[in-house]
Amino acid sequence: MKILAISAALTAVLATGVAADTVVPSDVVYEDGAVAMSLSGKAGDAAAGEKIMNKGAGNCIACHQITSLDYLAFQGEIGPALDGAGDRWSEAELRGIVANAKVMFEGTMMPSFYRTEGFYRLGDAYTGKAHPGNPEPLLTAQQVEDVVAYLTTLTE
Amino acid sequence: MKNTFKLKTAFACVVAAGLASSAFADADTDKLVINGEIDIITTTVAPAHLENVDTIYSGWHFRSDETQAFQMDDFDNPGMIGVEKASENWDTVDGSEGKSCASCHGEAESMAGVRAVYPKYNEEKGKVTTLAMEVNNCRTERMGAEKWKYTGGTMTDMVALISSVSRGMPVNVAIDGPAQSTWEQGKELYYARTGQLELSCANCHEDSYGMMIRADHLSQGQINGFPTYRLKNTKLNSAHARFKGCVRDTRAETYNPGSDEFIALELYVASRGNGLSVEGPSVRN
Ligand code: HEC
Ligand code: HEC
Ligand code: HEC
Repeated sequence: MKILAISAALTAVLATGVAADTVVPSDVVYEDGAVAMSLSGKAGDAAAGEKIMNKGAGNCIACHQITSLDYLAFQGEIGPALDGAGDRWSEAELRGIVANAKVMFEGTMMPSFYRTEGFYRLGDAYTGKAHPGNPEPLLTAQQVEDVVAYLTTLTE
Repeated sequence: MKNTFKLKTAFACVVAAGLASSAFADADTDKLVINGEIDIITTTVAPAHLENVDTIYSGWHFRSDETQAFQMDDFDNPGMIGVEKASENWDTVDGSEGKSCASCHGEAESMAGVRAVYPKYNEEKGKVTTLAMEVNNCRTERMGAEKWKYTGGTMTDMVALISSVSRGMPVNVAIDGPAQSTWEQGKELYYARTGQLELSCANCHEDSYGMMIRADHLSQGQINGFPTYRLKNTKLNSAHARFKGCVRDTRAETYNPGSDEFIALELYVASRGNGLSVEGPSVRN
Protein backbone atom coordinates (compact mmCIF):
# COMPACT_ATOMS: atom_id res chain seq x y z
CA MET A 1 0.00 0.00 0.00
CA LYS A 2 2.66 2.43 1.15
CA ILE A 3 5.00 1.55 -1.69
CA LEU A 4 2.19 2.00 -4.15
CA ALA A 5 1.39 5.44 -2.79
CA ILE A 6 5.00 6.53 -2.94
CA SER A 7 5.49 5.30 -6.46
CA ALA A 8 2.25 7.00 -7.51
CA ALA A 9 3.51 10.25 -6.03
CA LEU A 10 6.85 9.77 -7.77
CA THR A 11 5.16 9.16 -11.10
CA ALA A 12 3.13 12.32 -10.63
CA VAL A 13 6.29 14.27 -9.88
CA LEU A 14 8.06 12.86 -12.90
CA ALA A 15 5.08 13.42 -15.14
CA THR A 16 4.87 17.13 -14.44
CA GLY A 17 8.64 17.43 -14.22
CA VAL A 18 8.39 19.31 -10.93
CA ALA A 19 10.85 17.96 -8.41
CA ALA A 20 10.64 18.55 -4.68
CA ASP A 21 13.22 21.36 -4.52
CA THR A 22 11.98 23.17 -7.61
CA VAL A 23 11.11 26.81 -6.99
CA VAL A 24 7.76 27.53 -8.63
CA PRO A 25 7.61 30.71 -10.77
CA SER A 26 5.59 32.71 -8.23
CA ASP A 27 8.16 31.96 -5.48
CA VAL A 28 11.27 33.11 -7.32
CA VAL A 29 13.08 35.85 -5.38
CA TYR A 30 14.77 38.58 -7.44
CA GLU A 31 17.47 40.79 -5.96
CA ASP A 32 18.34 43.65 -8.31
CA GLY A 33 17.06 41.45 -11.11
CA ALA A 34 19.27 38.49 -10.14
CA VAL A 35 18.28 35.09 -8.75
CA ALA A 36 20.86 33.44 -6.48
CA MET A 37 19.64 29.85 -6.17
CA SER A 38 19.15 27.18 -8.82
CA LEU A 39 15.46 27.01 -9.73
CA SER A 40 15.53 23.24 -10.06
CA GLY A 41 17.87 22.54 -7.16
CA LYS A 42 20.22 21.00 -9.71
CA ALA A 43 23.08 22.16 -11.86
CA GLY A 44 22.36 23.11 -15.46
CA ASP A 45 23.54 21.20 -18.52
CA ALA A 46 25.19 23.64 -20.96
CA ALA A 47 24.82 21.29 -23.95
CA ALA A 48 21.07 21.00 -23.37
CA GLY A 49 20.96 24.80 -22.94
CA GLU A 50 22.64 25.34 -26.30
CA LYS A 51 19.83 23.41 -27.99
CA ILE A 52 17.16 25.58 -26.34
CA MET A 53 18.74 28.68 -27.90
CA ASN A 54 17.41 27.51 -31.25
CA LYS A 55 14.18 25.72 -30.64
CA GLY A 56 10.74 25.60 -29.11
CA ALA A 57 9.80 28.07 -26.45
CA GLY A 58 13.41 29.24 -26.04
CA ASN A 59 14.17 30.36 -29.57
CA CYS A 60 16.55 32.96 -28.17
CA ILE A 61 18.22 33.48 -31.53
CA ALA A 62 14.96 34.87 -32.90
CA CYS A 63 16.20 38.05 -31.19
CA HIS A 64 19.89 37.47 -30.38
CA GLN A 65 23.01 36.68 -32.35
CA ILE A 66 25.61 34.27 -31.02
CA THR A 67 28.78 34.02 -33.09
CA SER A 68 29.70 30.54 -31.88
CA LEU A 69 26.32 29.26 -33.10
CA ASP A 70 26.91 30.62 -36.60
CA TYR A 71 25.82 27.28 -38.06
CA LEU A 72 22.27 28.36 -37.19
CA ALA A 73 20.82 30.51 -39.96
CA PHE A 74 18.69 33.61 -39.43
CA GLN A 75 19.81 35.02 -36.11
CA GLY A 76 17.76 38.02 -35.02
CA GLU A 77 18.82 41.55 -34.12
CA ILE A 78 16.22 42.69 -31.59
CA GLY A 79 18.43 42.22 -28.54
CA PRO A 80 22.21 42.56 -28.13
CA ALA A 81 24.47 39.75 -29.33
CA LEU A 82 25.06 37.33 -26.48
CA ASP A 83 28.77 36.93 -27.20
CA GLY A 84 30.55 37.62 -23.90
CA ALA A 85 27.33 37.49 -21.86
CA GLY A 86 29.17 35.20 -19.44
CA ASP A 87 31.73 37.96 -18.83
CA ARG A 88 29.18 40.75 -18.50
CA TRP A 89 26.83 39.03 -16.10
CA SER A 90 27.15 36.74 -13.08
CA GLU A 91 25.38 33.39 -13.05
CA ALA A 92 22.74 34.80 -10.69
CA GLU A 93 22.14 37.77 -12.98
CA LEU A 94 21.83 35.52 -16.01
CA ARG A 95 19.32 33.36 -14.13
CA GLY A 96 17.28 36.45 -13.32
CA ILE A 97 17.43 37.68 -16.93
CA VAL A 98 16.33 34.35 -18.36
CA ALA A 99 13.62 33.74 -15.74
CA ASN A 100 12.10 37.22 -16.00
CA ALA A 101 14.09 39.82 -17.91
CA LYS A 102 11.50 42.47 -17.09
CA VAL A 103 12.87 42.75 -13.57
CA MET A 104 16.39 43.62 -14.78
CA PHE A 105 15.31 45.57 -17.88
CA GLU A 106 12.08 47.40 -17.25
CA GLY A 107 9.70 47.24 -20.20
CA THR A 108 12.02 45.04 -22.28
CA MET A 109 10.77 43.18 -25.34
CA MET A 110 12.37 40.00 -24.01
CA PRO A 111 9.66 37.57 -22.88
CA SER A 112 9.54 36.32 -19.28
CA PHE A 113 10.48 32.67 -19.62
CA TYR A 114 9.72 31.59 -16.06
CA ARG A 115 6.61 33.51 -15.14
CA THR A 116 3.02 32.30 -15.16
CA GLU A 117 0.88 35.24 -14.03
CA GLY A 118 -0.19 38.70 -15.12
CA PHE A 119 -0.73 38.23 -18.87
CA TYR A 120 -3.21 40.20 -20.98
CA ARG A 121 -5.35 38.17 -23.41
CA LEU A 122 -3.39 35.02 -22.76
CA GLY A 123 -3.71 32.51 -25.60
CA ASP A 124 -3.38 28.75 -25.66
CA ALA A 125 0.11 28.59 -27.20
CA TYR A 126 -0.16 29.62 -30.90
CA THR A 127 -3.79 28.62 -31.47
CA GLY A 128 -5.18 32.15 -31.13
CA LYS A 129 -7.74 30.73 -28.67
CA ALA A 130 -8.03 31.87 -25.05
CA HIS A 131 -6.10 29.98 -22.37
CA PRO A 132 -8.12 29.52 -19.20
CA GLY A 133 -6.17 30.13 -15.99
CA ASN A 134 -2.40 30.39 -15.83
CA PRO A 135 -0.09 28.82 -18.43
CA GLU A 136 2.95 26.61 -17.99
CA PRO A 137 6.06 28.78 -17.99
CA LEU A 138 7.78 29.02 -21.39
CA LEU A 139 10.78 27.15 -19.97
CA THR A 140 10.82 24.63 -17.09
CA ALA A 141 13.03 25.27 -14.06
CA GLN A 142 15.60 22.81 -15.37
CA GLN A 143 15.56 24.36 -18.85
CA VAL A 144 16.26 27.77 -17.29
CA GLU A 145 19.23 26.23 -15.48
CA ASP A 146 20.44 24.60 -18.69
CA VAL A 147 20.26 27.91 -20.55
CA VAL A 148 22.05 29.72 -17.72
CA ALA A 149 24.79 27.06 -17.74
CA TYR A 150 25.18 27.61 -21.48
CA LEU A 151 25.26 31.41 -21.19
CA THR A 152 28.06 31.28 -18.61
CA THR A 153 30.20 29.56 -21.26
CA LEU A 154 29.85 32.60 -23.55
CA THR A 155 33.09 34.36 -22.59
CA GLU A 156 35.46 36.29 -24.81
CA MET B 1 14.29 58.24 -32.33
CA LYS B 2 14.12 54.49 -31.94
CA ASN B 3 14.67 53.35 -28.41
CA THR B 4 15.30 49.65 -28.34
CA PHE B 5 17.95 49.19 -25.74
CA LYS B 6 17.40 50.14 -22.17
CA LEU B 7 20.31 48.28 -20.62
CA LYS B 8 21.09 49.31 -17.08
CA THR B 9 24.76 48.43 -17.28
CA ALA B 10 26.65 51.20 -19.02
CA PHE B 11 29.19 48.76 -20.42
CA ALA B 12 26.56 46.47 -21.87
CA CYS B 13 24.89 49.54 -23.31
CA VAL B 14 27.95 50.52 -25.32
CA VAL B 15 28.37 46.96 -26.60
CA ALA B 16 24.71 46.72 -27.53
CA ALA B 17 24.64 50.06 -29.34
CA GLY B 18 27.70 49.11 -31.40
CA LEU B 19 26.21 45.81 -32.45
CA ALA B 20 22.79 47.20 -33.16
CA SER B 21 24.03 49.84 -35.57
CA SER B 22 26.31 47.47 -37.45
CA ALA B 23 23.52 44.93 -37.85
CA PHE B 24 20.86 47.49 -38.69
CA ALA B 25 19.50 47.04 -42.19
CA ASP B 26 16.83 49.66 -42.62
CA ALA B 27 14.31 50.16 -45.41
CA ASP B 28 16.05 50.09 -48.80
CA THR B 29 15.99 53.11 -51.13
CA ASP B 30 14.45 51.50 -54.24
CA LYS B 31 11.65 53.26 -56.14
CA LEU B 32 8.29 51.71 -56.96
CA VAL B 33 6.61 52.58 -60.26
CA ILE B 34 3.83 50.22 -61.34
CA ASN B 35 3.44 49.41 -65.05
CA GLY B 36 5.94 52.17 -65.78
CA GLU B 37 3.24 54.76 -65.07
CA ILE B 38 1.83 54.72 -61.52
CA ASP B 39 4.28 56.42 -59.14
CA ILE B 40 3.96 55.00 -55.67
CA ILE B 41 4.96 57.01 -52.61
CA THR B 42 6.64 54.36 -50.48
CA THR B 43 8.57 56.70 -48.16
CA THR B 44 7.38 59.98 -46.71
CA VAL B 45 7.30 62.10 -43.56
CA ALA B 46 5.22 60.63 -40.78
CA PRO B 47 1.79 62.15 -40.12
CA ALA B 48 1.75 64.64 -37.23
CA HIS B 49 -0.05 62.31 -34.84
CA LEU B 50 2.84 59.79 -34.85
CA GLU B 51 4.95 60.44 -31.78
CA ASN B 52 7.85 58.02 -32.13
CA VAL B 53 8.48 57.79 -35.86
CA ASP B 54 9.78 60.48 -38.26
CA THR B 55 9.53 58.67 -41.58
CA ILE B 56 6.99 56.12 -42.74
CA TYR B 57 7.81 53.31 -45.15
CA SER B 58 5.71 50.92 -47.14
CA GLY B 59 6.37 47.27 -46.31
CA TRP B 60 7.58 46.98 -49.93
CA HIS B 61 10.94 48.48 -48.88
CA PHE B 62 11.68 45.62 -46.53
CA ARG B 63 11.22 42.82 -49.03
CA SER B 64 13.86 41.28 -51.29
CA ASP B 65 14.47 42.62 -54.81
CA GLU B 66 12.81 39.52 -56.27
CA THR B 67 9.65 39.99 -54.20
CA GLN B 68 9.62 43.72 -54.96
CA ALA B 69 9.81 43.06 -58.70
CA PHE B 70 6.50 41.16 -58.71
CA GLN B 71 4.71 44.39 -57.91
CA MET B 72 6.19 46.54 -60.65
CA ASP B 73 4.10 45.08 -63.45
CA ASP B 74 0.52 43.88 -63.27
CA PHE B 75 1.39 40.91 -65.49
CA ASP B 76 3.85 39.71 -62.86
CA ASN B 77 1.64 40.54 -59.88
CA PRO B 78 -0.21 37.35 -58.84
CA GLY B 79 -2.61 39.51 -56.82
CA MET B 80 -4.05 40.83 -60.09
CA ILE B 81 -5.66 37.44 -60.74
CA GLY B 82 -7.93 38.15 -57.78
CA VAL B 83 -8.64 41.61 -59.18
CA GLU B 84 -9.73 40.02 -62.48
CA LYS B 85 -12.02 37.57 -60.71
CA ALA B 86 -13.56 40.47 -58.80
CA SER B 87 -14.09 42.41 -62.05
CA GLU B 88 -16.30 39.55 -63.23
CA ASN B 89 -18.22 39.61 -59.97
CA TRP B 90 -18.58 43.37 -60.29
CA ASP B 91 -20.67 42.83 -63.41
CA THR B 92 -22.53 39.74 -62.19
CA VAL B 93 -26.18 40.10 -61.18
CA ASP B 94 -26.86 38.52 -57.80
CA GLY B 95 -29.67 38.60 -55.21
CA SER B 96 -33.40 39.30 -55.17
CA GLU B 97 -33.11 42.82 -56.65
CA GLY B 98 -31.55 41.61 -59.88
CA LYS B 99 -28.61 43.97 -59.66
CA SER B 100 -24.84 43.84 -60.00
CA CYS B 101 -22.38 46.30 -58.50
CA ALA B 102 -22.15 47.85 -61.97
CA SER B 103 -25.93 48.49 -62.07
CA CYS B 104 -25.48 51.26 -59.52
CA HIS B 105 -21.79 52.10 -59.49
CA GLY B 106 -20.99 51.87 -63.21
CA GLU B 107 -17.35 51.03 -63.91
CA ALA B 108 -15.14 49.82 -61.07
CA GLU B 109 -13.00 52.89 -61.81
CA SER B 110 -15.77 54.93 -60.17
CA MET B 111 -14.29 53.64 -56.89
CA ALA B 112 -11.05 55.63 -57.45
CA GLY B 113 -10.16 57.40 -54.21
CA VAL B 114 -12.41 55.27 -52.02
CA ARG B 115 -9.72 52.90 -50.68
CA ALA B 116 -7.60 55.88 -49.61
CA VAL B 117 -10.14 57.17 -47.07
CA TYR B 118 -11.24 53.87 -45.51
CA PRO B 119 -11.95 52.91 -42.73
CA LYS B 120 -14.29 55.87 -42.49
CA TYR B 121 -17.14 57.07 -40.26
CA ASN B 122 -20.50 56.15 -41.80
CA GLU B 123 -23.23 58.62 -40.79
CA GLU B 124 -26.08 56.26 -41.47
CA LYS B 125 -24.61 53.39 -39.44
CA GLY B 126 -23.28 55.71 -36.75
CA LYS B 127 -19.94 53.92 -36.71
CA VAL B 128 -16.64 53.53 -38.50
CA THR B 129 -16.91 51.01 -41.33
CA THR B 130 -14.37 49.18 -43.47
CA LEU B 131 -14.51 48.58 -47.21
CA ALA B 132 -15.50 44.96 -46.65
CA MET B 133 -18.44 46.13 -44.50
CA GLU B 134 -19.54 48.56 -47.21
CA VAL B 135 -19.44 45.81 -49.81
CA ASN B 136 -21.52 43.50 -47.63
CA ASN B 137 -23.88 46.34 -46.82
CA CYS B 138 -24.56 46.83 -50.54
CA ARG B 139 -25.03 43.11 -50.98
CA THR B 140 -27.50 42.59 -48.15
CA GLU B 141 -29.30 45.97 -48.08
CA ARG B 142 -29.25 46.97 -51.75
CA MET B 143 -28.95 43.77 -53.78
CA GLY B 144 -30.86 41.32 -51.60
CA ALA B 145 -27.86 38.99 -51.81
CA GLU B 146 -25.98 36.90 -49.24
CA LYS B 147 -23.06 38.53 -47.51
CA TRP B 148 -19.56 37.38 -48.31
CA LYS B 149 -17.30 35.95 -45.60
CA TYR B 150 -15.30 38.82 -44.14
CA THR B 151 -11.82 37.47 -44.91
CA GLY B 152 -12.93 35.02 -47.62
CA GLY B 153 -11.42 34.97 -51.10
CA THR B 154 -14.40 36.55 -52.89
CA MET B 155 -14.47 39.50 -50.50
CA THR B 156 -10.70 39.97 -50.46
CA ASP B 157 -10.63 39.91 -54.27
CA MET B 158 -13.32 42.62 -54.36
CA VAL B 159 -11.42 44.78 -51.87
CA ALA B 160 -8.33 44.27 -54.06
CA LEU B 161 -10.26 45.49 -57.11
CA ILE B 162 -11.51 48.55 -55.25
CA SER B 163 -7.96 49.23 -53.98
CA SER B 164 -6.34 48.76 -57.37
CA VAL B 165 -8.19 51.73 -58.87
CA SER B 166 -6.77 53.99 -56.12
CA ARG B 167 -3.16 52.96 -56.56
CA GLY B 168 -0.84 55.95 -56.34
CA MET B 169 -3.30 58.06 -54.34
CA PRO B 170 -2.16 59.00 -50.85
CA VAL B 171 -3.82 57.27 -47.91
CA ASN B 172 -5.79 59.91 -46.04
CA VAL B 173 -8.08 58.46 -43.38
CA ALA B 174 -9.82 60.88 -41.02
CA ILE B 175 -8.97 60.43 -37.36
CA ASP B 176 -10.87 63.33 -35.83
CA GLY B 177 -14.54 64.22 -35.46
CA PRO B 178 -16.84 61.22 -35.15
CA ALA B 179 -13.96 58.79 -35.94
CA GLN B 180 -11.82 59.94 -33.05
CA SER B 181 -13.01 57.59 -30.30
CA THR B 182 -12.60 54.58 -32.60
CA TRP B 183 -9.13 55.81 -33.54
CA GLU B 184 -8.21 56.14 -29.84
CA GLN B 185 -9.39 52.59 -29.23
CA GLY B 186 -7.23 51.37 -32.12
CA LYS B 187 -4.23 53.22 -30.76
CA GLU B 188 -4.67 51.56 -27.39
CA LEU B 189 -4.79 48.15 -29.05
CA TYR B 190 -1.64 48.97 -31.02
CA TYR B 191 0.35 49.60 -27.87
CA ALA B 192 -1.17 46.81 -25.73
CA ARG B 193 1.27 44.00 -24.97
CA THR B 194 -0.60 40.76 -25.50
CA GLY B 195 -0.19 37.07 -24.79
CA GLN B 196 2.46 35.07 -23.02
CA LEU B 197 5.19 36.77 -25.07
CA GLU B 198 3.81 40.18 -24.04
CA LEU B 199 4.49 41.92 -27.34
CA SER B 200 2.58 44.83 -28.84
CA CYS B 201 2.34 45.84 -32.48
CA ALA B 202 4.60 48.75 -31.52
CA ASN B 203 7.31 46.49 -30.07
CA CYS B 204 7.85 44.90 -33.46
CA HIS B 205 6.67 47.49 -35.98
CA GLU B 206 7.64 50.77 -34.27
CA ASP B 207 10.60 49.94 -32.00
CA SER B 208 12.20 47.29 -34.21
CA TYR B 209 11.42 47.89 -37.88
CA GLY B 210 14.46 47.39 -40.06
CA MET B 211 15.74 44.61 -37.81
CA MET B 212 15.61 40.88 -38.31
CA ILE B 213 13.41 38.82 -36.03
CA ARG B 214 14.59 35.32 -36.82
CA ALA B 215 14.22 35.05 -40.63
CA ASP B 216 11.87 38.02 -41.00
CA HIS B 217 12.90 41.56 -41.87
CA LEU B 218 10.54 43.69 -39.80
CA SER B 219 8.63 46.45 -41.57
CA GLN B 220 6.47 49.16 -40.01
CA GLY B 221 3.42 46.91 -40.44
CA GLN B 222 1.71 49.41 -42.75
CA ILE B 223 -1.54 48.48 -44.52
CA ASN B 224 -1.37 50.76 -47.57
CA GLY B 225 -0.52 47.63 -49.57
CA PHE B 226 -3.55 45.58 -48.58
CA PRO B 227 -4.88 43.23 -49.68
CA THR B 228 -1.43 41.64 -49.99
CA TYR B 229 -0.63 38.62 -52.09
CA ARG B 230 1.70 36.52 -49.93
CA LEU B 231 4.12 34.15 -51.59
CA LYS B 232 3.93 32.13 -48.37
CA ASN B 233 0.24 31.19 -48.67
CA THR B 234 -0.16 32.03 -52.38
CA LYS B 235 -3.32 34.09 -51.99
CA LEU B 236 -4.59 37.57 -51.32
CA ASN B 237 -4.73 38.34 -47.60
CA SER B 238 -6.94 40.89 -45.89
CA ALA B 239 -5.59 43.27 -43.27
CA HIS B 240 -7.66 41.61 -40.55
CA ALA B 241 -6.27 38.18 -41.41
CA ARG B 242 -2.77 39.62 -41.08
CA PHE B 243 -3.61 41.29 -37.76
CA LYS B 244 -4.94 37.97 -36.51
CA GLY B 245 -1.73 36.16 -37.40
CA CYS B 246 0.44 38.78 -35.73
CA VAL B 247 -1.60 38.71 -32.50
CA ARG B 248 -1.64 34.91 -32.46
CA ASP B 249 2.15 34.90 -32.72
CA THR B 250 2.39 36.63 -29.35
CA ARG B 251 0.70 33.55 -27.84
CA ALA B 252 -2.43 35.62 -27.31
CA GLU B 253 -6.15 35.18 -27.76
CA THR B 254 -6.82 37.01 -31.03
CA TYR B 255 -9.75 39.22 -32.00
CA ASN B 256 -12.02 38.11 -34.81
CA PRO B 257 -11.76 39.56 -38.31
CA GLY B 258 -14.56 42.10 -38.67
CA SER B 259 -14.74 42.68 -34.89
CA ASP B 260 -15.05 46.20 -33.46
CA GLU B 261 -11.50 45.83 -32.12
CA PHE B 262 -10.00 45.03 -35.52
CA ILE B 263 -12.03 47.78 -37.21
CA ALA B 264 -10.56 50.25 -34.70
CA LEU B 265 -7.09 48.79 -35.16
CA GLU B 266 -7.43 49.01 -38.95
CA LEU B 267 -8.36 52.69 -38.71
CA TYR B 268 -5.42 53.40 -36.43
CA VAL B 269 -2.89 51.41 -38.47
CA ALA B 270 -4.18 53.00 -41.71
CA SER B 271 -3.69 56.44 -40.14
CA ARG B 272 -0.05 55.61 -39.38
CA GLY B 273 0.31 55.35 -43.15
CA ASN B 274 -1.43 58.63 -44.06
CA GLY B 275 0.72 60.00 -46.88
CA LEU B 276 1.88 56.68 -48.36
CA SER B 277 0.27 55.67 -51.65
CA VAL B 278 -2.43 53.04 -51.86
CA GLU B 279 -0.55 50.03 -53.24
CA GLY B 280 -2.97 47.11 -53.02
CA PRO B 281 -2.86 44.47 -54.22
CA SER B 282 0.79 44.35 -53.16
CA VAL B 283 3.14 41.37 -53.04
CA ARG B 284 4.88 40.25 -49.87
CA ASN B 285 6.56 37.07 -48.69
C1 HEC C 1 11.57 39.00 -28.44
C2 HEC C 1 13.01 39.17 -28.43
C3 HEC C 1 13.84 38.40 -27.39
C4 HEC C 1 13.87 37.05 -27.17
C5 HEC C 1 13.03 35.96 -27.82
C6 HEC C 1 14.93 36.83 -26.20
N1 HEC C 1 15.49 38.02 -25.85
FE1 HEC C 1 17.07 38.27 -24.58
N2 HEC C 1 16.95 40.29 -24.80
C7 HEC C 1 16.09 40.93 -25.67
C8 HEC C 1 16.34 42.35 -25.58
C9 HEC C 1 15.60 43.44 -26.39
C10 HEC C 1 17.37 42.52 -24.64
C11 HEC C 1 18.00 43.84 -24.19
C12 HEC C 1 17.45 44.20 -22.84
C13 HEC C 1 16.69 45.49 -22.86
O1 HEC C 1 15.53 45.48 -23.33
O2 HEC C 1 17.22 46.51 -22.43
C14 HEC C 1 17.74 41.20 -24.18
C15 HEC C 1 18.75 40.95 -23.26
C16 HEC C 1 19.25 39.69 -22.97
C17 HEC C 1 20.43 39.44 -22.18
C18 HEC C 1 21.37 40.47 -21.59
C19 HEC C 1 22.15 41.03 -22.75
C20 HEC C 1 23.64 41.09 -22.61
O3 HEC C 1 24.29 40.18 -23.11
O4 HEC C 1 24.13 42.05 -22.05
C21 HEC C 1 20.59 38.08 -22.12
C22 HEC C 1 21.68 37.31 -21.42
C23 HEC C 1 19.49 37.50 -22.86
N3 HEC C 1 18.69 38.51 -23.36
C24 HEC C 1 19.29 36.15 -23.03
C25 HEC C 1 18.22 35.59 -23.72
C26 HEC C 1 17.96 34.17 -23.77
C27 HEC C 1 18.82 33.11 -23.14
C28 HEC C 1 16.83 33.99 -24.50
C29 HEC C 1 16.08 32.70 -24.82
C30 HEC C 1 15.70 31.88 -23.69
C31 HEC C 1 16.39 35.33 -24.93
N4 HEC C 1 17.26 36.26 -24.43
C32 HEC C 1 15.29 35.57 -25.72
C33 HEC C 1 15.16 40.34 -26.50
C34 HEC C 1 14.88 39.00 -26.55
C1 HEC D 1 -28.73 49.23 -55.69
C2 HEC D 1 -27.55 50.02 -55.93
C3 HEC D 1 -26.23 49.45 -55.44
C4 HEC D 1 -25.68 48.22 -55.73
C5 HEC D 1 -26.26 47.10 -56.54
C6 HEC D 1 -24.38 48.22 -55.10
N1 HEC D 1 -24.17 49.39 -54.45
FE1 HEC D 1 -22.52 49.94 -53.45
N2 HEC D 1 -23.39 51.65 -52.86
C7 HEC D 1 -24.65 52.08 -53.27
C8 HEC D 1 -24.98 53.33 -52.60
C9 HEC D 1 -26.25 54.11 -52.77
C10 HEC D 1 -23.87 53.62 -51.78
C11 HEC D 1 -23.72 54.80 -50.81
C12 HEC D 1 -23.51 56.06 -51.53
C13 HEC D 1 -22.19 56.08 -52.19
O1 HEC D 1 -21.21 56.29 -51.52
O2 HEC D 1 -22.14 55.88 -53.42
C14 HEC D 1 -22.90 52.56 -51.99
C15 HEC D 1 -21.66 52.53 -51.41
C16 HEC D 1 -20.67 51.60 -51.72
C17 HEC D 1 -19.31 51.66 -51.25
C18 HEC D 1 -18.73 52.78 -50.38
C19 HEC D 1 -18.34 53.88 -51.31
C20 HEC D 1 -17.83 55.14 -50.64
O3 HEC D 1 -17.50 56.07 -51.40
O4 HEC D 1 -17.79 55.25 -49.43
C21 HEC D 1 -18.65 50.58 -51.75
C22 HEC D 1 -17.20 50.22 -51.53
C23 HEC D 1 -19.62 49.84 -52.53
N3 HEC D 1 -20.83 50.49 -52.49
C24 HEC D 1 -19.34 48.67 -53.20
C25 HEC D 1 -20.29 47.92 -53.86
C26 HEC D 1 -20.03 46.62 -54.45
C27 HEC D 1 -18.66 45.92 -54.45
C28 HEC D 1 -21.19 46.19 -54.98
C29 HEC D 1 -21.46 44.85 -55.63
C30 HEC D 1 -21.13 43.68 -54.83
C31 HEC D 1 -22.18 47.23 -54.74
N4 HEC D 1 -21.59 48.26 -54.06
C32 HEC D 1 -23.50 47.17 -55.17
C33 HEC D 1 -25.48 51.45 -54.15
C34 HEC D 1 -25.28 50.16 -54.64
C1 HEC E 1 6.72 39.48 -32.75
C2 HEC E 1 6.73 40.59 -33.68
C3 HEC E 1 5.41 41.08 -34.25
C4 HEC E 1 4.35 41.62 -33.56
C5 HEC E 1 4.18 41.76 -32.06
C6 HEC E 1 3.41 42.06 -34.57
N1 HEC E 1 3.89 41.77 -35.82
FE1 HEC E 1 3.06 42.33 -37.58
N2 HEC E 1 4.54 41.36 -38.58
C7 HEC E 1 5.60 40.71 -38.01
C8 HEC E 1 6.44 40.15 -39.04
C9 HEC E 1 7.70 39.34 -38.81
C10 HEC E 1 5.85 40.49 -40.28
C11 HEC E 1 6.34 40.16 -41.69
C12 HEC E 1 7.46 41.12 -42.05
C13 HEC E 1 7.02 42.55 -41.97
O1 HEC E 1 6.37 43.07 -42.91
O2 HEC E 1 7.26 43.18 -40.92
C14 HEC E 1 4.66 41.27 -39.94
C15 HEC E 1 3.82 41.85 -40.89
C16 HEC E 1 2.76 42.67 -40.59
C17 HEC E 1 1.96 43.37 -41.59
C18 HEC E 1 2.14 43.29 -43.10
C19 HEC E 1 2.91 44.46 -43.62
C20 HEC E 1 2.99 44.50 -45.11
O3 HEC E 1 3.57 45.46 -45.66
O4 HEC E 1 2.49 43.60 -45.79
C21 HEC E 1 1.04 44.10 -40.91
C22 HEC E 1 -0.03 44.99 -41.50
C23 HEC E 1 1.26 43.85 -39.50
N3 HEC E 1 2.31 43.00 -39.35
C24 HEC E 1 0.51 44.43 -38.50
C25 HEC E 1 0.66 44.13 -37.14
C26 HEC E 1 -0.21 44.62 -36.11
C27 HEC E 1 -1.40 45.53 -36.32
C28 HEC E 1 0.24 44.10 -34.93
C29 HEC E 1 -0.37 44.22 -33.55
C30 HEC E 1 -1.70 43.66 -33.42
C31 HEC E 1 1.42 43.31 -35.23
N4 HEC E 1 1.64 43.34 -36.58
C32 HEC E 1 2.21 42.67 -34.28
C33 HEC E 1 5.88 40.64 -36.66
C34 HEC E 1 5.10 41.15 -35.65
